[in-house]
Parts: sequence; C-alpha cells; structure tokens
Amino acid sequence: MKLHEYQAKEVFAEAGIPVPESQLAADVDEAVAAAEGIGYPVAIKAQVHVGGRGKAGGIKIATDADEARQYADEILGMDLKGIRVDRVLVEAGVDFENELYVGVTMDRGAGRPVAMVSEQGGVNIEEVAAEDPDAIAREHVDPAFGLHPYQARKAAFDAGVPREVATDVASVLTTLYRIWDDTDGADAEINPLMVTADDEVIAADAVLNVDDDALFRHPDLQAYEEEGDFAEDDLERKADEYGFDYVRLEGNVGIIGNGAGLVMTTLDLVDYFGGAPANFLDIGGGAKAERVTNALDMVFSDDNVDAVVFNIFGGITRGDEVARGINEALEAFDEIPKPVVVRLAGTNAAEGMEILNTDLVTVEGTLEAAVQRAVEYAGEADGAAEGEEVDA
Amino acid sequence: MSVLVDDDTRVVVQGITGGEGRFHTEQMIDYGTNVVAGAVPGRGGQEVAGVPVYDTVDGAVRAEDADASVVFVPPAFAADALFEALDTDLDLVVAITEGIPTQDVARVKRRLDETDTYLVGPNCPGVITPGEAKLGILPGNIFADGDVGLVSRSGTLTYQVVDNLTNRGIGQTTAIGIGGDPIIGTPFVDALELFEADEETEAVVMCGEIGGEDEEQAAEYIADGMDTPVVGFIAGRTAPPGKRMGHAGAIVSGSGTGTAQSKIDALNDAGVPVGDTPEQVADYVADLL
Repeated sequence: MKLHEYQAKEVFAEAGIPVPESQLAADVDEAVAAAEGIGYPVAIKAQVHVGGRGKAGGIKIATDADEARQYADEILGMDLKGIRVDRVLVEAGVDFENELYVGVTMDRGAGRPVAMVSEQGGVNIEEVAAEDPDAIAREHVDPAFGLHPYQARKAAFDAGVPREVATDVASVLTTLYRIWDDTDGADAEINPLMVTADDEVIAADAVLNVDDDALFRHPDLQAYEEEGDFAEDDLERKADEYGFDYVRLEGNVGIIGNGAGLVMTTLDLVDYFGGAPANFLDIGGGAKAERVTNALDMVFSDDNVDAVVFNIFGGITRGDEVARGINEALEAFDEIPKPVVVRLAGTNAAEGMEILNTDLVTVEGTLEAAVQRAVEYAGEADGAAEGEEVDA
Repeated sequence: MSVLVDDDTRVVVQGITGGEGRFHTEQMIDYGTNVVAGAVPGRGGQEVAGVPVYDTVDGAVRAEDADASVVFVPPAFAADALFEALDTDLDLVVAITEGIPTQDVARVKRRLDETDTYLVGPNCPGVITPGEAKLGILPGNIFADGDVGLVSRSGTLTYQVVDNLTNRGIGQTTAIGIGGDPIIGTPFVDALELFEADEETEAVVMCGEIGGEDEEQAAEYIADGMDTPVVGFIAGRTAPPGKRMGHAGAIVSGSGTGTAQSKIDALNDAGVPVGDTPEQVADYVADLL
C-alpha cells in the first residue's frame, strides 16, 4: 500500500523529521485559503500515486493568491497519467541551497534492508542508480540489530554530504529507518531532502510504501488506506472487494486462471499466439463456485474484453468445483456476453470436463489450444466490431 | 537418487491441526511420505491422521527423530514457527504459508544464514521426490520418477511444466517449488547446486518469472561451469512495469530491472535454451536426454 505524500509527511513529522508547513485541499477555495494562511510562495502538489508528478504538471509554485487560484484550478480534476487529481497539498515553499536523497528499502537480492544517501537529490533516483551507481552511498542493515548510528553517519559522509549538515542528515536517516521498521515499510524515501542556507534540513517530499502482507498489524495505516482511497480504477477496486489479484491491461482477451506463474504464462501465450491480454486475474487456490462467478463477472464487465480464456491447473483447486462454478455463472445469463474457452487440468479435471455445459463454453484439452481458440474468437469479435464501424 | 527429500525423510508438520495442515498431512501420507509428528502449541497429546502431535517442534523432533518440517502456520505466526524450526537443527524446513510480512522473512533469513538448514519457501508448493516423498501441497499424481530436476518460483506453473514432461514420458528426480516471495530461503543458485551434485539428475528445468535478479545470478552460476544441462522458462513477458503480478516478488521495477527479457537474455548467454511455451520446454528437454 502506498501512502499519499500528505499522509507520509504526517508520519514523518510525528517521528521528528522536519517537514514544511502544509495543508490538504479538495477544492480551489480551500487551496487559496490554505495558501493565504501559510504565506507565499507555496507549492501546490497533486496527491496521486504517479511518478514524475512535477514533470507531468502536477506541481506548481504560486507566488500570490491569483496564481494559487489558477494553479489549484488547473491541477484539481486534471488527469495525471490516467489518474484524476482529487486533492492537492498546499505547502510552504522552501528556500534551499542543495537537494539530497535519503531512502530505506529492502534489497531483495541481499535479503536485507539497505539505507541510502545521495547528494543527487531532486531527480529520479532510479536514473541516478542506473547511470552513476557510485553517487548513492548504501549501508546494508543487519535486521537483528537495526541501522547503527555510525552506519547512518557513514552513509552521509560517503555520499559527500558536507560536514556541517552530515549529522543532521544521519539523524533523518536513522529516524527514517525507524519509521520503515515500525510500519513494515517496503520503501521509505525523502527526495528531495532540502538543505537551506542556514544548514537546516527539511523533507520537501515524502514516500512511504508499506507491505500489504503486514497491514493486519497496523490498524493506523489501514485508516490511511481508507482515507486516501479516492482515485483508483473501478475494476481494480472491484477486484479488491472480491479478493482477487488483478491487473488491468490494454488488450481484448480476458484471462482467468489459478496461480500467479501460470496466469502470467497464459498472458504470455496470448501474446505469443498473436492476441493481446486484457488482464491478469488470479482466482487463487481452492477456488469455490462463488469465486468463479465473481471472476467471470469481473472480466465480463471490462468493455475491452472480446473473449475469455479460463485456465485452471488443479492442485488444491478441484476441476469439478470450477466446472460447476462456470456452469452456474453462465446459466444466469440469457445470452453469454463474450465467448469463454475453458481448459481444466490436474485434480478432478476429467470430472470437470464432463460437467461443463458445452452449449455455454468451448472446451480445449491443452493450454496452447485454449489460448489459440480464445485469440481466434477475440480476433473475430474485433474484426466484426471494426466492420460495423465501417458500415456506420 | 534425489535432492532434499527421499523415503527416509522424517517429517514434522507445523500447524497440523488447521484445515490445510490436516488435509495436506493426509495427502502426504497417502503419497507415502514418512510423516512422524505434528507440532501445535497446546495440542500436545492429540493425534491427526494417526500422527502424534507435540506442543513444540523441539519435543516432536526429540520424540520422533524428525529431520524435516513442513509449515502450514498462518502468516501472522509463521515467522515464529520458522524460528522455532531453525532452532532445532532440522536438515530441511518447507514453508508453504503465503503472505508472511517481508521484514519477518528478512529476519528469518538472517537466522537461516547461521544454520546448516535448507529453507524452501515461503509461499511455495513444496518439494517432491516422485515415488518417495512429498513435503507440501503438490498434486502427486502428475509427477513421475525419472532423471530431470525441476526448480520453479511458481506452483501451478510447476504443475503445468511437469504435466508436459510426464506426458512425454520424462520423469523427475526431485521438483522444488522455491516460492514466489521477494525473499526466499533457497534461491535458484542453491537449488541448481543441489541438482549439479546429484548423480541421477541428467538435466534441470528452471522456471523463473519477472522480478528480482535470482535468474540472472543462476545464469552466472551456470556459465561458471555447471555440467548438468539446464532448460529455462520465464513467465511475465507481457507484464507491465510497476504492477505486482500476483506473487509479492513478481514485479518489474519502475527502472526496468527484473524484466523477463533480461532474464531470458542472461540465460541464453549462459547457453540455456528458454522455451516460449511449456510444450517447447518439454521439447528442449527431450532433445537433451
């Protein structure tokens, strides 16, 4: 789960990291009032989970009330890489001399946390990492002990941070590690950490992504999720409700399967056989009839989908149960909205094949054949749709 | 011959009294696995599927001389269960549990480094040596005894590839589902080392997926002089960056590391053919044998 900037800043400020004065606003009047209260210049910042917000026009600096009104009006409601901006953070401008980067993440290769400092803040740190890896000082952390204070200082000095501010930077990094550890963080970052002419440090941005699997022990963070849940894809929200792993893509072949690796493989095969996958949908292990019904409902409600491939390899999941679910779901329709190709293998697959109502679905014996058939159906539907447009 | 498990393996099941633990214990016993004990705090003295339950893993190991454990404990308590298992000097711990917080797994991995135990998983289907023993939830009937080692990050993809192999009459020495989490106990390299040292394993199939750099490291190991030939498969060619594809570990980062293409290239450079489809993987293996 990703916290919004304003939420992450609340967490950081509470832990003692200096942040600029700021206020959240949901409409233009609120934004102007906030700017007047804070005093100019202010930054007006879109609160959406999109990388490169500034470049995309989601951050503007206003120097008076007219500008504040104009920029708030521009940014609120704008479409930022497919996501509508519903709130802005109005924040005191910081007069800075230098921009640093500090961050904590899990180095999955090493299996350990890593704390990082760079003098090259204010830009995309992944680009810095790719082009000039030595510009980022890294300290791997022994999870049994946590980040030692000397490691935080070492990271700051190794990154070339001037002696006058290095101790303060180290202290911010130590606090950031503690936040990351306490919240079951995945990534915690400040980019930029601004350094003022008086050698003060202040967090101008804040990133805190936490481990979804650990949310059960962080009720305070769950509240953030509810509060921040104002701009998401409708289908992805529906998937959350149903408890599916779902990713929406741009093609027209809907895909339902069990197990992440096999579903990914099914997507890849759709592509391999000349089609385009519309989604990733993993119904998980031991899928009962209700989950099958919900999965079909999800894929049918995606307007892009022209045909569906349903691929189950039963281990825990039983083919006969899946088959019953498919029949039940499809019998509820007067007309099947989109052609469905089913392939069952593994536990009770033969029983499942017997049960499937072949008036409602096309059954194929192998993964490759099922995918090819669905791609074919989707191609026909797509061709027919184009034909209609031409006729009109 | 085989790796990690065989018909001498003496298994303790942690979480044996839960729904999953009970069901899969029965399945493991049906397959012929030597399940000697269960361990569930507060349930000592009970029996599940004819297997005696102990309050602690230590108690189970001492009483029944177990040398491996399978963990079905729910995510919130799984790290504790893994520490408990690692403190009893077992040869092998198989963690089936999905959804253990990553920071917990990092702490477990840190402890693992101090032991001689193999940890397979978490979030994995388990380990099977066909005809001898299975530790986990893999459907035994699709496997056949033979000469090919298999290692995979995914459960159902493993079943698919095994099905393609078995249908060709190609059996397996051992199949290891190493798990789909960002941090796992036995990365590809460790599994490849095991198969390289196994005299019966004539070829290895390695099923990877997007995310992380495990496959690239495996490619380096293979290029450095692994003798047993390897055939690869990589899932997630069509995965968009920044989206988690089901598995917590299956994500292409925003900067483009962990892509299927980089893994396929690394494997090809190491002389490993990578199938476009599971059927092609079976073709390549058939050519090698």
